Amino acid sequence: MTKPKTIIEKIWEKNIVHEEGNRAILYIDLHLVHEVTSPQAFEGLRMNHRKVRQPNRTFATMDHNVPTKDITNIKDEISKIQMDTLRKNCEEFGISLAGMGHKHQGIVHVIGPELGLTQPGKTIVCGDSHTSTHGAFGALAFGIGTSEVEHVLATQTVWQAKPKTLNVQFDGKLGDGVTAKDLILALIGKYGIGFGSGYVIEYTGEAIRNLSMEGRMTICNMSIEGGARAGLVSPDQTTIDFIEGREFAPKGEAFEQAKQEWLALASDEDAEYDKTIIFNASEVEPQVSWGTNPGQTVSISDLVPNPDHAKTENDKNEIKHALEYMGLEADTPIKDITIEHVFIGSCTNSRLADLEQAASIIKGQKVHPNVKAVVVPGSRSVKVAAEKQGLDKLFLEAGFEWREPGCSSCLGMNDDIIPPGERCASTSNRNFEGRQGNDARTHLVSPQMATAAAIAGHFVDVRTLA
Amino acid sequence: MEPFKQHTGLVYPLNRTNVDTDQIIPKQFLKRISRQGFGQYLFYNWRFDKKDRPREDFSLNFPKYKGTSILVSGENFGSGSSREHAPWALQDYGFKVIIAPSFADIFSNNCTKNGLLPVVLTDAEVSQLIKNAESDSYHLTVDLENLKVYDDKGFETSFTIDEYSRSMLLNGWDEIAVTLTHEDKITEFEKHHVVY
Repeated sequence: MTKPKTIIEKIWEKNIVHEEGNRAILYIDLHLVHEVTSPQAFEGLRMNHRKVRQPNRTFATMDHNVPTKDITNIKDEISKIQMDTLRKNCEEFGISLAGMGHKHQGIVHVIGPELGLTQPGKTIVCGDSHTSTHGAFGALAFGIGTSEVEHVLATQTVWQAKPKTLNVQFDGKLGDGVTAKDLILALIGKYGIGFGSGYVIEYTGEAIRNLSMEGRMTICNMSIEGGARAGLVSPDQTTIDFIEGREFAPKGEAFEQAKQEWLALASDEDAEYDKTIIFNASEVEPQVSWGTNPGQTVSISDLVPNPDHAKTENDKNEIKHALEYMGLEADTPIKDITIEHVFIGSCTNSRLADLEQAASIIKGQKVHPNVKAVVVPGSRSVKVAAEKQGLDKLFLEAGFEWREPGCSSCLGMNDDIIPPGERCASTSNRNFEGRQGNDARTHLVSPQMATAAAIAGHFVDVRTLA
Repeated sequence: MEPFKQHTGLVYPLNRTNVDTDQIIPKQFLKRISRQGFGQYLFYNWRFDKKDRPREDFSLNFPKYKGTSILVSGENFGSGSSREHAPWALQDYGFKVIIAPSFADIFSNNCTKNGLLPVVLTDAEVSQLIKNAESDSYHLTVDLENLKVYDDKGFETSFTIDEYSRSMLLNGWDEIAVTLTHEDKITEFEKHHVVY
């Protein structure tokens, strides 16, 4: 009998072109490209008279600095140059581009899955750390820097050290009002932002099996917030059902063939991991981050931490520093924190299911008069589908703004910047200093928690809402 | 890229943990389409106030660290965004070596692709180096050939780095050119590899 293998090992072995010791040239099945991390890579190709080896395994879109109000009017001249540069590069090198106004345009990690480009067993890279999102499909997907973007364009490969494997097993069922976002925030809140460093995570267990593909994407998306370059979920029927019929998914006979291969990629029952974390999902409450990294997260019923209770001198300094930046007093109940902004969007939580969940909390209520709340769908397809259901009207009638797709306030590279000193309940993935705007204060939450906060003007426990 | 063999320079201590790449190079500077000129924006929101004046209370602005080329900081340096603009900014500012107890994976990888050397030392060693550099004008030598870090007052320690990154750095190789020496293998692989 052959040794049982994890999905990580199976994909790794399938895609090795050449090995030297612990490192290998790994073949890349899908390379996603966006406007911010690619211009220097294309320039490098030109300088060295190199071509793109596999334009048909490369797909580009514009997301990071696109405007979300009027897509025909890019006010920022430098952003415009960056987007024009991507268009010219795609033309010159023969790469498909879903540019501004294109029906497929959207956040790169939203469109890959919805187009069926993201598939089990694929190795997927993109010059973006949230490439881990695609792992939800049982793909080995990770972020790379611009030098590696150039390397993949030129060779369709990357050099990789064989990853260590980490099994994060989520036992139990999620409670009502508790989402995938709360689960991943709770994990990072407990184990910190470095626990996944050097590992590829496989998420397993009952709570993962019960999640939709959207929920799994939210979990895998934030693997990098725990320090892991990649996080994935073994494919199952939920995966297959999501992919079937999508534009770039195989059809007919080929789909049946692919389906068998995909399901066979799932980790073998007795496969061994380098490390295992067992986490009880049934005890997780809705989460709210209070500090300046995603590990600084607590439950909605908790208090803002007190530096005097920190275990180490370093933790104490970190807490003090974060409280100062966030303008928070130690021991304040999380529910008493008032907010001025709500952002529902980003590659973590901007899919149709996320917007449905966010809208389900509205129930005829209005956004609090002190709050500016904005919904940014993850892609044009998400926007169109949401409008077909009338979600846009629900949000607009409640006082939310309904925008065009893009990364938007997750990182504020476009005009959607949170002003200094103001506080935002955000469904995004990073609460770093200045992330949403200079001196802006970010609290990471689920879509439901974001809507509830928008209505109340402060954080509330969605489980207590009628 | 420029080969890296050995470097002696002034140490700048950044006594923080989890310094993320959003701090190293804030997003408003990621819109440029060239690799050059990012040094002026390094740690921008820490180095400059709202009116773009240098902040006197941020240590990198202290006159004693002018000309620094070795940055020493706490664990998990370079976490978060994969932006290669972070090593470009550090390098353009004048840094040749970053020393920390641990680095985020993508950041560390991005450094070695650009000839910027990430050196992992123990917590205790890093604390000592930070203390030395905070109290005095402190120089270190980092020797990649012999995998040593030392000063002229008797401190000496060794470090490890994967052999692949070490040879890339020592030789200043163009990684794409190295990979293309295996191009026949890539072509052969593509003949049999199934992607749906």
